[in-house]
Amino acid sequence: MLKFVARRLLQIVPVLLIVITITFFLIRLAPGGPFTDEKKYPPEVIECRNAYYGLNDSLPMQYLHYLGNVVKGNLGPCLQYRNRTVNEVIKETFPISFELGCWAMIYALALGLVFGIIAALRPNTLLDHIPMAAAMTGICLPAFVLGPLLILVFGLWLGLFNASGWEMATDRILPAITLGSVYAAYIARLSRSSMLEILPMDYIRTARAKGASELRVIVCHALKNAAIPVVSFLGPAFAGIVTGSFVVETIFQIPGMGKMFVTAAFNRDYFLLLGLIVFYAGLLVALNLIVDIVLVWLNPKIKIEA
Amino acid sequence: MKLWTSLIIIAGMACLITAFPMGCSKRETPVDLGNREQILHRGIGSEPKDLDPHMVTGVTEFNIIIGLLEGLVSQNPKDMSPVPGVAENWEASTNGLTYTFHFRKNAKWSNGDPVTVHDFIFSFKRCLSPKLGAPYAYMLYCLKNAEAYNKGTITDFSRVGAKALDDYTLELDLASPTPYLLGLLAHHSWFPVHPPTLRKFGEEQPDSKWTKAGNFIGNGPFNLKSWEPDKQIVIEKSQTYWDKNIVRLKEIHFYPIGDHKSEERSFRAGQLHITETMPLDRIGYYRRQNSKSLRLDPYLGTYYYLINVKRPALNNVKVRQALAMAINRKNLTAYVTKGGETPAHFFTPPNTAGYTCSKGFTEDIEKAKQLLTEAGYPDGKGFPNIQLLYNTSDAHVRIAEAIQQMWKMNLNINIELINMEWKVYVAATDEGKYDIARAGWIGDYVDPNSFLDMWIKDRGNNRTGWSNKEYDRLLSEAAQTMDRDRRYGLFQQAEQILISEMPIIPLYFYRSKHLVNPAVQGWDPNILDIHPYKFVYLKP
Repeated sequence: MLKFVARRLLQIVPVLLIVITITFFLIRLAPGGPFTDEKKYPPEVIECRNAYYGLNDSLPMQYLHYLGNVVKGNLGPCLQYRNRTVNEVIKETFPISFELGCWAMIYALALGLVFGIIAALRPNTLLDHIPMAAAMTGICLPAFVLGPLLILVFGLWLGLFNASGWEMATDRILPAITLGSVYAAYIARLSRSSMLEILPMDYIRTARAKGASELRVIVCHALKNAAIPVVSFLGPAFAGIVTGSFVVETIFQIPGMGKMFVTAAFNRDYFLLLGLIVFYAGLLVALNLIVDIVLVWLNPKIKIEA
Repeated sequence: MKLWTSLIIIAGMACLITAFPMGCSKRETPVDLGNREQILHRGIGSEPKDLDPHMVTGVTEFNIIIGLLEGLVSQNPKDMSPVPGVAENWEASTNGLTYTFHFRKNAKWSNGDPVTVHDFIFSFKRCLSPKLGAPYAYMLYCLKNAEAYNKGTITDFSRVGAKALDDYTLELDLASPTPYLLGLLAHHSWFPVHPPTLRKFGEEQPDSKWTKAGNFIGNGPFNLKSWEPDKQIVIEKSQTYWDKNIVRLKEIHFYPIGDHKSEERSFRAGQLHITETMPLDRIGYYRRQNSKSLRLDPYLGTYYYLINVKRPALNNVKVRQALAMAINRKNLTAYVTKGGETPAHFFTPPNTAGYTCSKGFTEDIEKAKQLLTEAGYPDGKGFPNIQLLYNTSDAHVRIAEAIQQMWKMNLNINIELINMEWKVYVAATDEGKYDIARAGWIGDYVDPNSFLDMWIKDRGNNRTGWSNKEYDRLLSEAAQTMDRDRRYGLFQQAEQILISEMPIIPLYFYRSKHLVNPAVQGWDPNILDIHPYKFVYLKP
């Protein structure tokens, strides 16, 4: 097990190297630079800035210099938000996106699993059709429709929540629902279908026969197996959800990482964009590793390939 | 039985959803609370890039900085005329080349230090320093030798025209008479910074940390209390400001809400007193409601199309004139932009410091057709494939589509619309890789020069490739002229050349678009859309 984890951790290095290399050169291909704007800067100013940030050196030199800094844990300065560094930006924005992601995930899991299980227990009844129809709607309704709708009803008409911001505890609710709904819908459908597969199995009948309570049968026996496809779905989904969603963060004015990521690309903020991508890639690899470990724990039949 | 259980569950959920809101009473919104406590909540569009007056370029940043710093002169909130700031009074020499400013003795930095002439000279020096690379350093070029110092041809700052006669008397020597100097002085590039703070955090580094909350020392009516990136910036009333008795607001909270629709919803939810702008399609709604909150006021800016005069067909002045004449600007502003914009038939916004172009061009479809025929394209036959470039935005695409349609209907020519992401668009226009491109210009200061000076040959923002010797001569003569009437006469002649040669197609003059809560007082409409916060207060 330890060997497996160590090997996977080592794999992060080449993955990150490839990601950095591709991003580094790709972003330089994009027209425009960090200091171009409609109101044109005098050439001396651009020259001066480029010199200060080392953007006048040859590209390979810059690349090596950047790699050296990344190894030291320094992701460089922010070109747009001048008094901040990329490390600071990640430190400030990631916890917010992470928190939002966690709430959204909790909501998605709770709603998705409950709906999925209820539907699977009473297939082809109203208890199946209504949650599954809701799930279908959830998948189809994009965040930029759902978010404003929720704000309109619960924020403006009923006056229960703020229309935007990240100040009070209640400010978490609407964004979490908006972000989590699609995932809730997927989880509901996934858990329903795998529960339907598991429930007729012999070991479930055995469990019932030996007198285990219905709750115990569902949660301890059936769900543990039925959760496997859900857990494999959760890995990448979680990585996606906690690194922030541009749409949800924009609609609700949340100071998270997703918005930073997109504006960094628009602004040609080279270091910020690179830094966020490196961070995102590292997180994705780490989360996949955790998912693999959880899967082994859930199902001993899945072997760790040495 | 199964049906019953499900029905009960659904009914229960429905009850819960309806009962939940009824249990809660309407809560007090931030605006209600702000009205009570004199806390203003303002949307500012995007996240400010910095709060360093010498480094920022945007309106967003300026709208915060005017709360934190004060220049030599300040602006009258009604008509933007100069009023005393740090300088109590001033006088100009008769030839208009020397200005003497007498500082008030009670002007203080927020740490209690007195504001002296030396602080200003330090700031001018910093702004002009070639090492810093201040994007607006050229705003100080009217000072003698300032340009040379900024370009690095001289290194001795004492030769630049800013002298301390004593701690509280500043003399500015100008390179040429600059009738709009007092207007310039209100621009952030002329604002002072606190020398000890700058020395501590690095005065000539573009990424200096002095603008962080806790580090920032200002001399304005407010102090920087906190800056949570992408969330809010809070400034609070300064206790050291010389005119603090007039300041009624306790705090101002700035929210960088980039999405217009989110901002408008926040306004409706009672989270904002003032929005930065508003979504186009909501203007009609507020109009119909006769809302007191809707404020659409003339703004010192022009929306226009750039023409690349090096391209085939577009190199013919008759084609350019025909294109400009075949647009119905009244329909464009009434049905497309809808913000009460004024149709533009010349470039400098009307009544810019008392200057209005005396004669604009006329829209005339018959004349346009005739011009096109004369240019060799009767009824649009043989007209090359021309592209109209704009950057991604809801408003730009609607305007471009309307104009595409007008040109098709009126001149029978086909224009292809090209949409580009912002930086790609800037790069394309910069390198002259376009036929026609949308553009907008906001005046840096209230003077026609801010609009006409940019079309001089090879100026950075003249991306049309157009130039005219007579035009350049008129502008340089105007720069040497002190007499206002004569100067404006030269501008009139120059603008006539500009609109008859038509390297640009003016479309409309901007309006500032805000939603302003009726409790906000002292928020006067003005052409620069600048609202000195010391005069603003809340009266529900």
